[in-house]
Amino acid sequence: MATYDFIFDGIGLRDWCGNSDEDGGGMTSMAQLLAETSGGDVDKSAWETPFPSMDALHEACVSFPRSRELTSGLEEGFLSIKDSLKAVVDPLTQPLSWALNEALWVMQAVPWFIMIPLLMLIAWVVGRQMKLVGLVAICFGFLGFVDYYSYTMQTLAIIFVCALTCVLLGVPIGVGMSRSNRLQRFMIPILDMLQTLPPFVYLIPLIFLFSVTEPKLYGIAIILYAIVPVIRLTDLGIRLVDPDVTEAADAFGMTKRQKLFKVQIPLALPNIMAGVNQTIMMSLAMVVIASLVSAPGLGVLVLRGIRSLELGVGLLSGLGIVLLAIILDRVTKAALARINVSESR
Amino acid sequence: MDMNETKIKISIRSLYKIFGSNPKPALQQVKEGMGKIELLEEYNHVLGLNDINIDVPTGMTTVIMGLSGSGKSTLIRHLNRLIEPTAGEVWVDGDNILEYNEKQLRHLRQHKMSMVFQKFALLPHRTVLQNAGLAPTIEGQSERQYAGEAGRWLDRVGLQGQGEQYPHQLSGGMQQRVGIARALTSNSDIMLMDEAFSALDPLIRTDMQDLLNELQAELQKTIVFITHDLDEALKLADHLVILKDGFVVQQGEPQSILLNPADPYIEDFVSDINRARVLRVRSVMLLTPNVKGEQTGEIDHNDTLESVIALSKGDTNLSYRVMKDGKPIGVLDMRKLVRALVPSQQSDDPKSARVSG
Repeated sequence: MATYDFIFDGIGLRDWCGNSDEDGGGMTSMAQLLAETSGGDVDKSAWETPFPSMDALHEACVSFPRSRELTSGLEEGFLSIKDSLKAVVDPLTQPLSWALNEALWVMQAVPWFIMIPLLMLIAWVVGRQMKLVGLVAICFGFLGFVDYYSYTMQTLAIIFVCALTCVLLGVPIGVGMSRSNRLQRFMIPILDMLQTLPPFVYLIPLIFLFSVTEPKLYGIAIILYAIVPVIRLTDLGIRLVDPDVTEAADAFGMTKRQKLFKVQIPLALPNIMAGVNQTIMMSLAMVVIASLVSAPGLGVLVLRGIRSLELGVGLLSGLGIVLLAIILDRVTKAALARINVSESR
Repeated sequence: MDMNETKIKISIRSLYKIFGSNPKPALQQVKEGMGKIELLEEYNHVLGLNDINIDVPTGMTTVIMGLSGSGKSTLIRHLNRLIEPTAGEVWVDGDNILEYNEKQLRHLRQHKMSMVFQKFALLPHRTVLQNAGLAPTIEGQSERQYAGEAGRWLDRVGLQGQGEQYPHQLSGGMQQRVGIARALTSNSDIMLMDEAFSALDPLIRTDMQDLLNELQAELQKTIVFITHDLDEALKLADHLVILKDGFVVQQGEPQSILLNPADPYIEDFVSDINRARVLRVRSVMLLTPNVKGEQTGEIDHNDTLESVIALSKGDTNLSYRVMKDGKPIGVLDMRKLVRALVPSQQSDDPKSARVSG
């Protein structure tokens, strides 16, 4: 006898349940095994009444599914739509694979004595601070010196492609959200979910969809994880634009498009840039996890450190990621500061 | 000034605005006589504007005055449809602009109406010159194309050599000068000014009022000016509209409103102002075609009473000949002048008050 027999008896579903004596066919739960070893049905006190979970109900009625059937059902469901999903998603995301491959190739093909000055030049153009250029030189010099140069370049290439994709997709989505309350209500739970889902969980369905050797596998995982701040802050930034100024734009007869490009986006730029900064930081965090699914770069070294307990490799590659994070953060923040200065009122 | 002889530029007819989720049934109630407070309690709708009928004369300054919550800012936003009315008509140059489609409306806003805002509403990321050239920019002109025109108006409002500054580098008064230059650069006939000087401190405000009067004498734009300040209203207005709780309490020539307030609300309003500075000779004189008898001197029909008092050195036994365009048109007795300075006695002679030059 199980605790919840009375439910199925009560609503007359006993016939549908089948004979409970035939229980113990294919799958047996741990609780049942325990019950058998402890000598069959023991009268349980009310204190020990189990939660009416799927397994507990299954005990009372064989036809009721067990929780493990739910998870395997989810899996089968995903597998059954996998092929049609892949037919749609695969071509759509193919450019990402190309972009990642090209970026990885370019970053490694350009020799270091061109690449490092080039990165210093970019830091100068964006930040206009000599201090920053020095920092870039020292960090890349150090990483090269300890023979992590090519790993660093791989990581940088992945971040470059993924952050750029995040901006290209995220800014229009944010603009759309700022214009339509309905879209905002629809998107916010999705963004919340993307932000709180443990990063590893992104990888699981992607592994089913694509082969592990494809770069877009980790590309998509990084983009899904890192796109959230740029969307949120674009939406916020445009909603925070002084309504008096947008009213003036209307009063002088601007079209919606002119208003967006000449008023709203320029005035929201400090917030959008803060979003870009966060997006870059988050893609850097994800690039390590993505090395589980063949993303090259410093993450591979971290993984090697963990797998074979090579403490030195783990620490050094971890330091490399920190240095990269500092450089990217400082450079984007310097750009942000320059925008803020030119727009302060 | 005779309203019958002036052309009407903007004409507002039976304009209603009710804020709320379902304004149509509420409108019916308002038309049947429901008041603002009842409407809010029973329908949870806010009565913004209630049966507004105003004619805005061409080339003059029409001031719409009211306290906060009277609906004046709502009203001015109906003139360029920043706010859509619940019912009514707004005619501009013979077109009902409420029938305009989006493209016609944009044309109206770009070429026929410009607006000056209380909080200036300049674009913080553009220079003063680029801000002044907003209207030509919207049409697609490059900075080089509009620099001449925009620069000319910046010079005219007293911002010589400031074109390369950013708005945040200027003081409030200067920012509003940019706002006025921006409106003038659009070359539109109509200028809407929404509490344009309210955010400025008193001395700067007086400067700006003088600037506006000066510009207006030169350009004769049709200006609709919103204010909560009666002194400002009287200084600028050719036509004054007083708004209270969303309806027009009284409208007309400012002098005649001052001398004949239509209800206690307006009496209250006008009791505090310096009448000698605002009232003009034409409003209190006796109009006679044949000026006879002894007069102490000649005064212009547009002189303020204050200047006449100064001229007479306070002697109430005097009487002056009133001149208009070099011809005598009437007589002003100093005793009458003194009587006009006291609000409660104005009703003694309403006929002379209605006479206006």
